[in-house]
Amino acid sequence: MNELEPRFSKSDTLYPDYRLAGELEAFGPFNTQACFQCCKCTNGCPVTFAMDLYPDQVIRLVLIGQRKAVLSCHTIWVCSACKTCTTRCPNEVKITELMDCLKELAIQDGVPCPQPQILTLHETFLDNIKKRGRLFEVSFLPSYLLRSGEFTRKWRQGRWQADAKLGLQMIRKGKFSPFPKRIRGTQDVRRILSPSRREKNSS
Amino acid sequence: MKATYYPGCFLQGTAKEYAESILEICKHLNIQLEEVPDWNCCGATAAHSIDHRASIELAGRNLNLAAELPHADMLVPCPMCFNRLKTASFALQGEQKERYHIGLSDSIPAIWDLANFFATEDMLQLMAKQVKKPLDGLKVVCYYGCMAYRPQKITEATDVENPLSMDRIIERLGGTALSWPYKTDCCGAGQVLSRQDMVSRLVGKLYDMAQRVGAQAVVVSCQMCQANLDMYQTSIGVDWGKQFSLPIYFFSELMGLAMDVKGVRKWLARHITNSLSLLNQLGL
Ligand code: SF4
Ligand code: SF4
Repeated sequence: MNELEPRFSKSDTLYPDYRLAGELEAFGPFNTQACFQCCKCTNGCPVTFAMDLYPDQVIRLVLIGQRKAVLSCHTIWVCSACKTCTTRCPNEVKITELMDCLKELAIQDGVPCPQPQILTLHETFLDNIKKRGRLFEVSFLPSYLLRSGEFTRKWRQGRWQADAKLGLQMIRKGKFSPFPKRIRGTQDVRRILSPSRREKNSS
Repeated sequence: MKATYYPGCFLQGTAKEYAESILEICKHLNIQLEEVPDWNCCGATAAHSIDHRASIELAGRNLNLAAELPHADMLVPCPMCFNRLKTASFALQGEQKERYHIGLSDSIPAIWDLANFFATEDMLQLMAKQVKKPLDGLKVVCYYGCMAYRPQKITEATDVENPLSMDRIIERLGGTALSWPYKTDCCGAGQVLSRQDMVSRLVGKLYDMAQRVGAQAVVVSCQMCQANLDMYQTSIGVDWGKQFSLPIYFFSELMGLAMDVKGVRKWLARHITNSLSLLNQLGL
């Protein structure tokens, strides 16, 4: 994709640091060390067109300790978690699961997310289920649109009509249930989702 | 028979027609569903993307609640929930289980992807006996998406590259399920709000191939795939410079249609892409 800048140029010197793979393994197993660079993961990946690093490159860069490169790339965020790569890898490298782990580490390290709207989507979703223990789409959709700036962007670019039309159509067809249910165990859900319990924080 | 049921959040909201069709066909087939008491959201993509521990514990709480019911099987219509519940059951029984602040009850039920449940031979036979209006002349492709099958270590699916559950169901209902190459290619539903451009590329490819193999419609078992394939056909058509008009049916709606249960037309009227005129044309 043109808008993505290449991460490395041929003249860059890389300084390998073999500790990163081991550090990540504590959250795994991801079996990155078993990768023999066959690229099967990349060849079956449906969203390589939106990636700045291919899945096999992410694995390789993890192995040579390029922490900054893998934590700041678009790839970990645009990965759709379809698990085709994990399913097909001949060496049982858990690529999808590693992509998730890298996202979590990137947040913990305070690395700016290159796909902020995707991060906002996840955060809005989790905040929404903290309220009642279940997702309530009627408040989730507008709060995502506002928080991500999508609403303003669409408004400015005059692209909101199509969405508004679709929204109205959905309301007319009775797609939305206006009455949310709050579960008795909402407190359990909040406790599970409290940030202090994040895996990457506690270790 | 009786079974435990985990509907998941979307079936209480925008996928109402999926929920209603499941309840009706189960009633018709004499399967009594008992909902997991006080179930919570499984966390879906959001949780596993940015909070791994929570993703396992959220699903784990549901499994423990499901264990309180006496039934051997738990039916899960949403493939995303299915995948998360299966993942949690593995994580909480595996070598890393000590990492989580939740233990797993030892009486959790067998976790079923709903389409796979209906595609077992017993169920197919039970269903075939009830077919009153066979789906004559209906040519579809079945689209399975990602979550019911991958990775097979977690889902325990045997036919991960070429799943057949819905194809079998459609054939037993008297319809034709065409073979096509994109059964399990991702539609990008998780990115539909954040990256519509990506979704247009992924879904356009599916429509294009479905039409090229001669399908009149697409059959799905996932409400996220359904919404993603149903709602944006016009705008994706514009991106692709083509006209797409493919009804996107839930397999359960077609089961309801063939078994002549009540409510089918009401469910189909909720779809955004017109799903009724094809059936009217075919006299179904
Ligand atoms: S498929 Fe597995 S072994 Fe091959 S490049 Fe990808 S991660 Fe490495
Ligand atoms: S899980 Fe992510 S990296 Fe792997 S094939 Fe799917 S989109 Fe590509």
